[in-house]
Amino acid sequence: MDYITWRIVYTVLVFVLFIGIVVWAYGKGRKSRFDEAAQSIFNEDNNTSRTETKQESNNND
Amino acid sequence: MMSQTSPQQLEYNLKVVRQFAIMTVIWGIIGMAVGVFIAAQLIWPELNFDTPWLTYSRLRPLHTNAVIFAFGTSALMGTSFYIVQKTCLTPLFSNKLASFVFWGWQTVILLAVITLPLGITSSKEYAELEWPIDILIAIVWVAYLIVFFGTMVRRRTSHIYVANWFLGAFIVTVAVLHIVNSMAIPVSFTKSYSIYAGAVDAMVQWWYGHNAVGFLLTAGFLGMMYYFVPKQAERPVYSYRLSVVHFWALISLYIWAGPHHLHYTALPDWTQSLGMVMSVILFVPSWGGMINGIMTLSGAWHKLKTDPILRFLIVSLSFYGMSTFEGPMMSIKSVNALSHYTDWTIGHVHSGALGWVAMITIGALYYLFPRLYSQNGMFSTKWVNVHFWLHTIGVVLYIVALWISGVMQGLMWRATNADDGTLTFSFIESVEASYPFWFIRFVGGLFIVAGMLLMAYNCWLTIRRGNPAREFIDVKPAPAAATV
Repeated sequence: MDYITWRIVYTVLVFVLFIGIVVWAYGKGRKSRFDEAAQSIFNEDNNTSRTETKQESNNND
Repeated sequence: MMSQTSPQQLEYNLKVVRQFAIMTVIWGIIGMAVGVFIAAQLIWPELNFDTPWLTYSRLRPLHTNAVIFAFGTSALMGTSFYIVQKTCLTPLFSNKLASFVFWGWQTVILLAVITLPLGITSSKEYAELEWPIDILIAIVWVAYLIVFFGTMVRRRTSHIYVANWFLGAFIVTVAVLHIVNSMAIPVSFTKSYSIYAGAVDAMVQWWYGHNAVGFLLTAGFLGMMYYFVPKQAERPVYSYRLSVVHFWALISLYIWAGPHHLHYTALPDWTQSLGMVMSVILFVPSWGGMINGIMTLSGAWHKLKTDPILRFLIVSLSFYGMSTFEGPMMSIKSVNALSHYTDWTIGHVHSGALGWVAMITIGALYYLFPRLYSQNGMFSTKWVNVHFWLHTIGVVLYIVALWISGVMQGLMWRATNADDGTLTFSFIESVEASYPFWFIRFVGGLFIVAGMLLMAYNCWLTIRRGNPAREFIDVKPAPAAATV
């Protein structure tokens, strides 16, 4: 395959791939998983505990 | 207290995030102050005090390096380390390597601050640093890549949140861009020559240059946006589907846009046209991101009234939308014939850099500082609001002034006398006509630096009032973890 043909094939391939991504992303099956992912950043604090390095200084506030 | 030392809890690395956050503020002030200084030099050239180290030609690369690589990249490194830990529910891959990234990157910047005023430069725009520093950048960047992706590999979530996709793309692409564009043959410790020649050198340089815009200043900061906007607005991103589609569109298109920096040069005509078409199409995924960010606030617009941090984040997105409309327009060859080499280009860059990049960074920092120092909010929210207005007024003064001077310069340079075809204006006449606008730009810059100084003071008081926060993640016992 010569260089030009290869570039044509590659360009078409990338385009088809992109259409594939759009179809995939907007497919019905993705909806609940994506909603979950979008919400995931709000769950991060559930299993996190916080402290300060100087505990004693806080008691005087 | 005992439970913290148990093997079922791991500590997030917030130290490196704090270090980067503080340096972002400091470098922001330095980089923008140098910008104001060289803006003043354009009006009062005596300000170089007849010293070579203070000439415009040497300080201008110092300004661009300080704002892009010191301010912007420190912000990206710090926030990406924060985001990747928080969204992957796991501490950083290696604290030692993360610390190396911080100190290594600060060393790079310090070397830039020393070498650029000395006139040591490879003379490639946004890649001026000489080969020994380039090698250090590559090493630090690979360490950064290992820490980021290592953390992502060890994630305790099934899905990789979209912010990490953008940040990952930024880190990988910048590594490739930097290494390819910096290929050079050293002739001494402080001088090297690019291995590329002629039009190829120019094309490689602007393939690098525009993708530094596309991946560092866009994809990286979009990663920041996809975390901090939903968090501050307390609403999930408007459309997760759109974020997936515009991610792939953005990264596959940006890589082609470089030739628009080389319109009407020795670059082959077809390459220029290709670059133009790709740049125009780029408008679509750019606005995809902008709409997705702004619409995250839909139904909660009232929050803009009371929350200046959210205002920073959302207004940054409107500047992003503005400059990604302006950019594709300016890449059209006939528009470029008017705009190229004029102040319009500099105005465009600053609407992106000060409007989009700086404002989203400032918003993210105001979100982070209280959380990093166990506080419920910044020392003064009122000052955050004052900073917002100082910054916004500064940016508007800056870009409006340079729009006018840019279009004026373009029109003056192309004006010819009807009778004999000679130029109507000499170059110096266009310089003289630009002075009032350069003064307005200088005043705009003062507003922006004043805002940054207020921010530094606010951050300092927040830090002094609080204590460095420590956060731990509960790790489930092994059998339970297997179900993840």
